Amino acid sequence: MNDIWSGIEAAFWLVITLDADLVDITLRSLQVSLTALIIASAIALPFGTWLAIRRFRFRRAVIATLNALMGLPPVVVGLIVYLLLSRSGPFGVLGLLFTPTAMIIAQVIIITPLIASITHQAMRELWAEYHDLLISLNTSKSQRIATLIWDGRRTLLTAALAGFGRAIGEVGAIMIVGGNIDNATRVLTTAIALETGKGDFALALGLGFVLIALALLVNFAIHALSRTEREGRW
Amino acid sequence: MSMAVSLHDVAVRRRGKSILGPITTDMAGTGFTIILGPNGSGKTTFLKVLHGVERISDGALEWSIPETEARQAQAYVFQSPIMLRRSVAANLAYPLQLEKLGKPAIAKRVSEWAQRIGLSDALDRPATRLSGGEKQKLAIGRALIRQPKVLFLDEPCANLDGRATREIEALLLDANQRGTRIIMSTHNLGQAKRLATDVLFLLNGRIHERGDADVFFAKPSGEESAAFLKGDIVE
Repeated sequence: MNDIWSGIEAAFWLVITLDADLVDITLRSLQVSLTALIIASAIALPFGTWLAIRRFRFRRAVIATLNALMGLPPVVVGLIVYLLLSRSGPFGVLGLLFTPTAMIIAQVIIITPLIASITHQAMRELWAEYHDLLISLNTSKSQRIATLIWDGRRTLLTAALAGFGRAIGEVGAIMIVGGNIDNATRVLTTAIALETGKGDFALALGLGFVLIALALLVNFAIHALSRTEREGRW
Repeated sequence: MSMAVSLHDVAVRRRGKSILGPITTDMAGTGFTIILGPNGSGKTTFLKVLHGVERISDGALEWSIPETEARQAQAYVFQSPIMLRRSVAANLAYPLQLEKLGKPAIAKRVSEWAQRIGLSDALDRPATRLSGGEKQKLAIGRALIRQPKVLFLDEPCANLDGRATREIEALLLDANQRGTRIIMSTHNLGQAKRLATDVLFLLNGRIHERGDADVFFAKPSGEESAAFLKGDIVE
């Protein structure tokens, strides 16, 4: 119990004094996860929607694979990205290993299937509702996808937030490809792992509370933003 | 220019069951065609075949103008109106946005049509929260806003009360006078008599009788159509 109290105390002081390291680590966490979220959403939202409206031969197999990939073990993703980006790997020349870019790549791989799968579920229902009208209006494929994404944007927000939650709390992959280098690739989760290993529970807990607060803050912020949209709620 | 369609031995089968046809007929002119027939006689399928959204198993259907143009010049109103989860104004604007019309032109047409369908005060309301009659009027406005040459309606007034039905009939007659050919299915004989210039009676997926409205209602030539008009149950 003492550890938790001292953790809260440590967290309190870290936040109040705007500890330079903490700010640095927090901003990097946000930078990596938000960038990964934006890239993953740009891929997964149109893809998931496309899957919902398109009938093709291996559709079921693709959807099943996608659902399975939702549970992709981050450590394995980290390992594979590590091998691809390491000096002897195919993309070694780019020199990306142990940079925030490598961490973003790993997180994109982890959260894209999750966002795509939730998107597909939500869009399938909306498509069932809109199907006849959009066919009758002679819409093109891209117009259909754009219409569904726009009218389903609130459910898509949920999908994106689920992806963000997974990205910001993820440690296995970014530890491997980022290397947890101080002032370069250290983020909240890897810092917590490190401090716990060193036995500095107070600092680890402090960082943990900051992480949770951050996740809550981002969620609240996005929800507040979407609610104040002009066109009202559905 | 009006557009005509000709059907040659058109048939629709699903899972080995014949749903429609074979039907061979022509539809031309600018009239108001009412499709009558009991449930399951193939009215909806027939409308969807004409509209080009139902796959035909046999035969051929041809418009007098190229197919893409023909599709662009048609609109379809469903029995239960499909509302986009947007405002009334955005619902009306949607078909015009698909045609990439400029914003000022869209705004002008939207306000004009909102007035015509009596929803000027509801432009900012979510379309999904409208009443049944308002939804159907909005669906008809959205279908007519592109000024289609042909408008298909599948029992648009089923489940609507007298007032909403009267408003919708006025809208349709007005559109017809402005040159839109209307092909509409209905169950309501009174409505058919009020609106039709010609009637097509479907039974078991085939055209049982077809003719001018006056003649059909006064002197139906088929036994079944006479029974149907009398109010008997025809199967």
